[in-house]
Amino acid sequence: MKSLGSIRRSFAPWNDPDARPYIAFENVTKRFGDFTAVNNLSLSIYEREFFALLGASGCGKSTLLRMLAGFDEPTSGRILLDGQDLRGIPPYRRPVNMMFQSYALFPHMTVEQNIAFGLKQEGMPKPEIETRVADMLKLVKLTQFAKRKPHQLSGGQRQRVALARSVAKRPKVLLLDEPLGALDKKLREETQFELMDLQQSLGLTFVIVTHDQEEAMTMADRIAILDKGEVMQVATPAEVYEAPGSRYVASFVGNVNMLEGTVAERTENRARITGASGAEIVVENAGDAAAGNTVAFAIRPEKIKVSSRPPAEGTANVMEGEIYDLAYLGDMTVYHVRLADGQVLKASALNSSRITEDPLSWNDRAWVSFAPDAGVVLTR
Amino acid sequence: MSGNWTRFNIVSIVLGFAFLYLPIVLLVVFSFNESRLVTVWGGFSTKWYVSLFNNQGLMDAAWVTIRVGFISATVATVLGTLAALALTRYTRFRGRILFSGMVFAPLVMPEVITGLSLLLLFVAIGLDRGFFTVTLAHITFSMCFVAVVVQSRLMTFDRSLEEAAMDLGAPPVKTFFQITLPVILPAIVSGWMLAFTLSLDDLVIASFTSGPGATTLPMKIYSQVRLGVTPEINAACTLLIAIVAVGVIIASVANKRREVQRARDEQAAQRG
Repeated sequence: MKSLGSIRRSFAPWNDPDARPYIAFENVTKRFGDFTAVNNLSLSIYEREFFALLGASGCGKSTLLRMLAGFDEPTSGRILLDGQDLRGIPPYRRPVNMMFQSYALFPHMTVEQNIAFGLKQEGMPKPEIETRVADMLKLVKLTQFAKRKPHQLSGGQRQRVALARSVAKRPKVLLLDEPLGALDKKLREETQFELMDLQQSLGLTFVIVTHDQEEAMTMADRIAILDKGEVMQVATPAEVYEAPGSRYVASFVGNVNMLEGTVAERTENRARITGASGAEIVVENAGDAAAGNTVAFAIRPEKIKVSSRPPAEGTANVMEGEIYDLAYLGDMTVYHVRLADGQVLKASALNSSRITEDPLSWNDRAWVSFAPDAGVVLTR
Repeated sequence: MSGNWTRFNIVSIVLGFAFLYLPIVLLVVFSFNESRLVTVWGGFSTKWYVSLFNNQGLMDAAWVTIRVGFISATVATVLGTLAALALTRYTRFRGRILFSGMVFAPLVMPEVITGLSLLLLFVAIGLDRGFFTVTLAHITFSMCFVAVVVQSRLMTFDRSLEEAAMDLGAPPVKTFFQITLPVILPAIVSGWMLAFTLSLDDLVIASFTSGPGATTLPMKIYSQVRLGVTPEINAACTLLIAIVAVGVIIASVANKRREVQRARDEQAAQRG
């Protein structure tokens, strides 16, 4: 049997120019009165993809989901599902199902009846409904709770009923609106992996809306980062993290240090950037930055090395400063290093051995350094 | 708890309850009076209850009242629920504020005015006053009470329940009957009961809009009292009080039980 990892590793239809998108938003705009929730947005989602819409509240991510489900119609543009234009098709005739943030379990029905509701609407014969409901209950491990009403369940159990109900009809696409928002941290982490397994075993296309970047990074094949109704970047979690396309994306996902500066010299792939502090850094992967451009150099804390002694002669990108603050987190230590110009850089070091020979402490002199390819140059 | 039983508190409670219930207690006590004189105690007897059931006029009036109450409460519940739905759901239709004001105005309208205007209307269109007109009048004024009760429930109704039902393939009408209606049913039932009670004890509007052959119980009692209070009337009122009290007690006990059960279930679910 193929392991989950190898399937996921080889799954990248977005790189295949011949692949046809399963869900396509084409120049979709949605206005509510004067407020533009979604602004001329285009997006492709492929079959069996686990796709995350990530953004702060009010960025339009839920509106996208609701338009896909049919609760809202786009003001302009169109949405295609498997080649079919969805305009005018009411929610009850769309082959998509949604898991609601509030779970929206029917309070007057038992767990069983909740799960069977969608199947009954289809006119599925009774014995088949019973088998399917039993399967679903087993899938979410709630068999012994079949006869309970929603208010007799814990939050985690309700979440699983909502999930079972939304996948019971085997929809082509499952929409998840902040599905784990109401769970506590530990349960949320467990459920993330369960959702991934479920998506793989049922072979469905999942579109999830979340404001939690960690959740999106953990589960999704690709993430679309939205801001003010527009797509900032669509990429795999690794790309979003390691190669953010803009200052917004870089600071929205994970921790980042931003060094503002001007490109002093640009050769092929390399660039020399002079910062406001007068410090000079040399970087690779300069992207589209040209000489004279004002740019930000974004580098993640774990890619900055901190040491108590000056690094060897010839090391690129060395800056001197002092330890302004530090936090010992067990698995790693986070240093805040104040540079000569007052800017504070965050650097984190993995505590790979139990005893550090040369521990850094508050107000110690420290040298930070990073490789030329450790960060990215952002022009936007 | 025991520390709060100061003398002042005890006196307030006794006075308060006496103020509320003394007249009723007197009425009940004198309904068992042997004497024909209402204010003179002549020993215990249940003979007024027997003579009450033999009083054809009172029994007819009671039957009319129950029928009027039943029909008007039912129709008012349907109309009031529809009005509440329209007001909470279609929030952007033209004239909504006017409509909602018009639905709720009868709540504060003096009954005399409602009764008089209905009387004028019935006379104007040449409708013979009787059972039909009094029922119609009761529907008119109790409908808005139902609308208020149902609307307050709909305000807190989670619309995503309906969206979920539609998402799972139920068209709007089916969604209404399978999801919305069952969830708001308790509010509709209490709206019905409110409308029924309002109809039962209405005197003013009924006197304006009723005609010969459709005398309601309150009207009958009122007209008899003008000729002097008989212990028979006391007996009739005692029965009414008993029926209402039993109804209220059953409803609140059932409600309390359900609440306690629900709280217990929720606690159990959180633990396990």
